[in-house]
Amino acid sequence: MSQTDSNQKSMSIIVTKGTLDWAYPPFILATTAAAMGVNVSMFFTFYGLALLKKDLDLQISPLGKPDMVMPLAGMHMKMPNIVGVIPGVNAMATTMMKNLIAKKGVASIPTLREAAVESDIEMIACQMTLDLFEMKKEDMIDGIKLGGAATYMEKALASDINLYI
Amino acid sequence: MADKVLDAKGLNCPLPILKAKKAILEVPKDGTLEVLSTDPGSVADFQAFCRTTGNTMLETGEDNGVYRFLIRHTG
Repeated sequence: MSQTDSNQKSMSIIVTKGTLDWAYPPFILATTAAAMGVNVSMFFTFYGLALLKKDLDLQISPLGKPDMVMPLAGMHMKMPNIVGVIPGVNAMATTMMKNLIAKKGVASIPTLREAAVESDIEMIACQMTLDLFEMKKEDMIDGIKLGGAATYMEKALASDINLYI
Repeated sequence: MADKVLDAKGLNCPLPILKAKKAILEVPKDGTLEVLSTDPGSVADFQAFCRTTGNTMLETGEDNGVYRFLIRHTG
C-alpha cells in the first residue's frame, strides 16, 4: 500500500491520560493502525503530554480504581482506596505493573513510542497545556509539532476514525 | 520454505503485528513470510491484518501452543 494513496484511511487520537496503564491504548492503536496502512495523528493534551517527555517516568495509582485487579501469587488483589493513599503504594503498584509487563511479553511504553516515531505517526502537543503547566518543548521528544484545538479539528474532520482516550 | 521467518513467540499484542509489518517489507513482492507466535489473540489479528493490508494468508496452524501463519506479500 502506497503511503501517498489518496484512498488511505486516517485516524486521529486525542490522548488525555499520562499514567502507565492509560498510556497503552493510544500507543497500541496508533502503532497497529500505522502497521495496517492507516495515517495516524495523535494530539496530546493535559496529562497525556507526560507521554511525550524525553524522560518517561510513568506511574499508576490504584486510587479511584475499584476495577483495577492485579494478579498476585496465583490470586487477584484489589486495593481499597484507603490503601491507595499510603505513601509508597503508587511506587509499589507501578513496580508490580512493570514486572507484569515484562513477564507477559507486553511492549514497554518507550518501545511503543519508538515504534510510533518510526512509523511516521504525527504527534502534536497541545500548546495551551504546555503554557498552563509550564512545560517546555525542549523536554519533549524530537519531531513533535505544537498546535491547538483548530489544528486538531482540521485533522479530525479529514479522518475516518477519531478517538478520545 | 518461506522467504523469511519471524519468531514472535513470547510477545504480546501488538508486537507480533508490528514486527510482521516490518518483516513483510523485507520480503520481495509475492514472497512469503512465516510468523510464529504464542499469543492466542494473534490468530484473529493476523487474519484482520491480512484482510486490511491486502496481503494473503496462505496457511494457519497450531502446534503445542505455537501458532504459525504463512503470509504472501501481496499488499
